[in-house]
Amino acid sequence: MSSSSNLQLTKDGELRHFLTPEGLDRLMLERILDTADSFVVVGNQEIKKVPLLRGRTVVNLFFENSTRTRSTFELAAKRLSADVLTLDIKTSATSKGESLLDTLQNLRAMHSDMFVVRHSDSGAAHFIAEQVTPNVAIINAGDGRHAHPTQAMLDMLTIRRHKGHFEPLSVAIVGDISHSRVARDQIHALKILGCKDIRLVGPNTLMPQGIENMGVSTHNNMDSGISGTDVIIMLRLQTERMASAFLPSAGEYFRLYGLTTARLAQAKPDAIVMHPGPINRGIEIESAVADGPQSMILNQVGYGIALRMAVMSMAMSGQMQQRQAQANQTSSLSGEKKA
Amino acid sequence: MGATRTPQYPELADTPALVTNLLDQVDQLLTSQNIEQPLVIGVHTGGAWLAKVVASHLQVPFGELDITFYRDDFSKNGLHPIVRPSSLPFNINDRHLLLVDDVLMSGRTVRAAMNELFDFGRPASIKLITLCSVNQRELPIQADACALTLDLAPGQYLQLQGPEVLQLSIIEHANHE
Repeated sequence: MSSSSNLQLTKDGELRHFLTPEGLDRLMLERILDTADSFVVVGNQEIKKVPLLRGRTVVNLFFENSTRTRSTFELAAKRLSADVLTLDIKTSATSKGESLLDTLQNLRAMHSDMFVVRHSDSGAAHFIAEQVTPNVAIINAGDGRHAHPTQAMLDMLTIRRHKGHFEPLSVAIVGDISHSRVARDQIHALKILGCKDIRLVGPNTLMPQGIENMGVSTHNNMDSGISGTDVIIMLRLQTERMASAFLPSAGEYFRLYGLTTARLAQAKPDAIVMHPGPINRGIEIESAVADGPQSMILNQVGYGIALRMAVMSMAMSGQMQQRQAQANQTSSLSGEKKA
Repeated sequence: MGATRTPQYPELADTPALVTNLLDQVDQLLTSQNIEQPLVIGVHTGGAWLAKVVASHLQVPFGELDITFYRDDFSKNGLHPIVRPSSLPFNINDRHLLLVDDVLMSGRTVRAAMNELFDFGRPASIKLITLCSVNQRELPIQADACALTLDLAPGQYLQLQGPEVLQLSIIEHANHE
């Protein structure tokens, strides 16, 4: 989706929407991570708030439920001092027959500066960014199977803070690659940041066809797949996949792909274990691993808030510079008319 | 405090002498105010280099502030592209702070720095230490110790180079605010 890379940037190459890491360059991803590093420090302050987005309005548009993502976006916006409105669209206007575009136009008329969009359809955030451009920043909080860029980038932040440079790392992504909205973004981001050894581990039924074309290796065997890795990213297994016959049973899945202490010993001794949560103990991961010293699962939550603060402030910054440029252009045009 | 000179600035050439002068003033300030064991905090980037010198002279801890998230020009100029994490490896509650910046000009950086400091805690006091003050204040903020005061022409700015050797110099910007 090459058009999305242009859509995400201002003429000067600044971020104005954040829809997917695909199409962004390494410098931009590193700037996002650097900015997030500074927001991690804000999370340690006595007053965990900065005045950056005072007077700006952020609307969380959640067309599907996601308590965790929604609450971290809400907290991120509040820590930036923005005014935050969270709309559960399923229970509001659209149920009264109002179209999506009408709902968005109404929100725009309320001088909203940013929409955080979660939708079950792939490409929804992209569509909204095209319809409401140029004046509302869109942050993709997960769309269908397509993208979940802030989750992928918070994973990159976790890796960089604990492992440093990406070039020498071996990273395994384990589980339901097919239905994961985050795996694709993780692969894009890892590649852009210079990671050379990306391994996808899971049963054939959950592995998208032709995924090797993205420059990754695929593994059906968990032990060989995670052997010698520095980072293991476990994906959440959605239990409805069992019902739809992609998987035999939870017990069978755990036997073949569950991350146990014994299996973890195949990875490097200092390997880190990540999971986006909520975890299914005893299905994807053993409790001893989830709660063990190599687990980053709770660190990821804090990094998630910092990362979201970073992309929200950067996109708002790009939008405001764009508005400023348009205002200057308008005033110089009207000046010419007067002359 | 330092004399006002314009339009030529021979004092800038000998920046080490200005630093020595500033350290003397800091010693006098601490004595006259009965301040013991202050914490030294420098504003990125030049202020942090200078703060390191002040802290090692006083043999007290040192921290760094990046004021990007507290600037007052976000609406106008957006987020600064390079953000560094602030690092205060101590608790500032009820402590005397020496806030250090290389150049004091409009006073807006110091306002932002003080706003940020108060999100870390409630210090007993803050003294402002600056190598050079330029007579272009836009806010009611003055230094407690300052080695040199200058008048600059429009479009001229002072810059501290470092960190190994600290050197003040004048830079010219055509599109100044």
